[in-house]
Amino acid sequence: MTQTLDYEPNMVLANQTYNVVGTRPIRHDGADKVTGRALYGADFDTAGLLHGHILRSPHAHARIKSIDTSAAEALPGVLAVVTNADFASDSDAMVDLGEGATSLKWLRDNVLASDKVLYKGHAIAGVAASNPHVAEEAVQLIDVQYEVLPPVVTVEEAMADGAPILHDDLKTEELGEQTDNVSNIAQHFQHQKGDTSAGFAEADVVVEREYRNKTVHQGYIEPHNATALWNTDGRLHIWCSTQGAFTVRDAMAQLLEMPVSQIRVIPMEIGGGFGGKIPVYLEPVAALLSRKTGQAVKILMSRADVFEASGPTCGSWSRVKIGAKSDGTITAAEVELACEAGAYPGSPVGAGAMCALAAYDIENGTVDGYDVVVNKPKTAAYRAPGAPNAAFAVEQAVDELADELGMDPIELRLKNAAKEGTRRVDGPTFNRVGLVETLEAMRDHPHYSAPLGENQGRGIAVGFWFNIGFDSAVNLAVNADGTVSLTEGSTDIGGSRASIAMQAAEVLGIAAEDIRPTVVDTDSIGYTAVTGGSRTTFATGWAAYEAAQSVKQQMIERAATIWEVDADSVEMEDGVIQSKSDPELSITFQDLAGQLGSTGGGITGTASVNPTGVGGSFAGNIVDIEVDPETGKTDVVRFTAFQDVGKAIHPSYVEGQMQGGSVQGIGWALNEEYYMNVDGGMDNSTLLDYRMPTSLDLPMIDTVIVEVANPGHPFGVRGVGEANIVPPTPAVANALRDAVGTRLYETPMNSVAITSALGHNGG
Amino acid sequence: MPAKTYVQSIINGEHVDFLCEPRQSLLEVLRDVVGLTGTKEGCNDGNCGACTVEFDGRIVTSCLVLGVEAEGKEITTIEGVAEGSTLHPLQQSFLENAALQCGICTPGFIVAAKSLLEQNPDPSEHEIRFWLANNLCRCTGYDKIIRAVQDAAVKMQEA
Repeated sequence: MTQTLDYEPNMVLANQTYNVVGTRPIRHDGADKVTGRALYGADFDTAGLLHGHILRSPHAHARIKSIDTSAAEALPGVLAVVTNADFASDSDAMVDLGEGATSLKWLRDNVLASDKVLYKGHAIAGVAASNPHVAEEAVQLIDVQYEVLPPVVTVEEAMADGAPILHDDLKTEELGEQTDNVSNIAQHFQHQKGDTSAGFAEADVVVEREYRNKTVHQGYIEPHNATALWNTDGRLHIWCSTQGAFTVRDAMAQLLEMPVSQIRVIPMEIGGGFGGKIPVYLEPVAALLSRKTGQAVKILMSRADVFEASGPTCGSWSRVKIGAKSDGTITAAEVELACEAGAYPGSPVGAGAMCALAAYDIENGTVDGYDVVVNKPKTAAYRAPGAPNAAFAVEQAVDELADELGMDPIELRLKNAAKEGTRRVDGPTFNRVGLVETLEAMRDHPHYSAPLGENQGRGIAVGFWFNIGFDSAVNLAVNADGTVSLTEGSTDIGGSRASIAMQAAEVLGIAAEDIRPTVVDTDSIGYTAVTGGSRTTFATGWAAYEAAQSVKQQMIERAATIWEVDADSVEMEDGVIQSKSDPELSITFQDLAGQLGSTGGGITGTASVNPTGVGGSFAGNIVDIEVDPETGKTDVVRFTAFQDVGKAIHPSYVEGQMQGGSVQGIGWALNEEYYMNVDGGMDNSTLLDYRMPTSLDLPMIDTVIVEVANPGHPFGVRGVGEANIVPPTPAVANALRDAVGTRLYETPMNSVAITSALGHNGG
Repeated sequence: MPAKTYVQSIINGEHVDFLCEPRQSLLEVLRDVVGLTGTKEGCNDGNCGACTVEFDGRIVTSCLVLGVEAEGKEITTIEGVAEGSTLHPLQQSFLENAALQCGICTPGFIVAAKSLLEQNPDPSEHEIRFWLANNLCRCTGYDKIIRAVQDAAVKMQEA
């Protein structure tokens, strides 16, 4: 039943209301962040601080023949120089630091190269000096002799017969079997469901296309930073901007072969990450320099370092074949997805392959994934890693299918939409998901039927991303004034102090402002996994919920003790503890908090959780673009983002996630790319030339929050941080097809690509 | 080590004297010499706007100004935007509109937007977008930042 929604720029289609959850309090760390008082990693200072600088490779692919650091060491003001040899370890054991198994040698070599450099910008040596400019001068005195090798920078080049090989010892894992083939293909895997040949035989219409995505970067505004102090007692202290303090601790323990308890990681405020601030780059170098000098050493990346040496997300090649009956029933689909891993194995292809067909209830499907090493920095996670690459292909193919069938693209997706009970091609069966509700909200939104102007086109697309559980810990302590101190280990990258505190406040029946959240170091809280995987509000929020339940129960028991009644006869509602039977026995949370010291002592609650009731999230976009037919310049003129979020704890920050992810996707679609030169280096490693969207490039980003509660979470929360970046690239491509009548099968769809597709050069 | 220069300036209304090397940028001086770390480095080549400060009445990216150029100049950084314990309407509006996520770009945006509203108290959405186009934000998609500036403009005109 189609019904048009009344237009508002930001809508919440709520399913349940609470007292605190779903409201919009001012974030607890807000005042510090609008006054410049909040301390980010680069702001850290301490007595005797030394400054480090990194020597980086000018070559994309070369063998290191020798490194001579003597001239650098002799420069006045230089206190230490380190190279890979300072790791004092040659272990090549496989370890998993949360991003898949990898070799310790590769991890060390990515931090400081040993035998080979594998990308321009690859770190080779670190220098510590009393002055940052002296450190910078000193690295230029390090003499490295190279044997320059030919680079490969795309998956197609790297997979070709006779391609230059990055790793002489990398042998392809083929469909689960370890082969002896030395190649740049680290792994080929396949997901299969049903019989695709039989499925295609039933189809009346089949679309088959190839697609390409260029490498793009997360583009966080704060460059990587780290300060290390290897203290005289043997303990290592690290101050850094990271998405996971415990992940840094784990990585440092592996790289330096020391117990985790000898390392303390103090997470500073973090200036964006989007997945890119999970790996360690500078921390181990700062630690080695600190061990040599006995002083704290701080190292900062330049913006060029961020682009050239921290992990972007993958460029990719993909092929999609999809078939449907004339009534729109999709009968079969095949996807091949080859993703750049960068210099060492471990691209996002695994997740991309799982998401590729997730939006569709398909009887017969196969997805092949290829993990391919190339001469670019090792990829890191970037918001729904791999899924946008897959969606750029699949969502365009589905749109072409709709064109061929003469069906509305939303109706075609609704007809085939994945729902509760749908088994994905990669195996798992969905529990309650909100794709149908999201598509219905798109169909019913006034944007979908609004008239278009000249040279304008409209496109839609949908996308999926997971929500992970993993470990989270929260401690609560009731203060005498009725507030509650909350300590947590999840670094706050975009308002999660608020969304976590609000869940505790809801349980305790007190105001969000009466919770005092603090993000603490790894000595001060139980193990907490990364701020990533759309998990923080879900899992750390769950820990806050559990810890608050503990506080609530203890407050009830304390009141019962004071009143000399049975605890079962006492309840707590809306911040008031009261007898279920005697209305005389009633006390507010605040008043009881003030009496704790004289009635048996303080109350604390603690919880460590590893929740399994994860709820994946579907997102969709309607986008209108306007293309200048002469120059190909493309403007997004209207954009509406839809997402099933389960339950929006703080709707403003959920909208912010949707808007931010959408705009990163718009940048990916229209402008952003690693522009590689013939020598395999990145030619555009500045924010002038790597063109991220500015305020002037964009309209307001309207949002529709769809709430289909996740049955696996106390408040129905789904992870919301990532799915929103999945649909924009294909939605823009589909809008482009509508505007100019031509499809582009490669990102970025910039002026050059559009004018050449239109058959003229824009001149 | 190059000889340092003695520089006298006014920062956030206070006379501030400092010694700096000729090669040090104003951004480096503010952060590492004067200790005002609210001004952020995002690119060090003038393209992200995180280091925006007011410099003798106009906004500049402090990474592209040398420290020695501060001689005799009046500089306002994010630390000088609030009046005592009272937030500037823009700061309050950024909080109420959830116009920051990670917050690293926020000081630059607030300093730039303050300058806009002083020159144009009633800017259109397009004028706000144009003025702030040198300040990059990667978290918000700008929507809530634009709304926060619009909101602050209304409140400042009502005041």
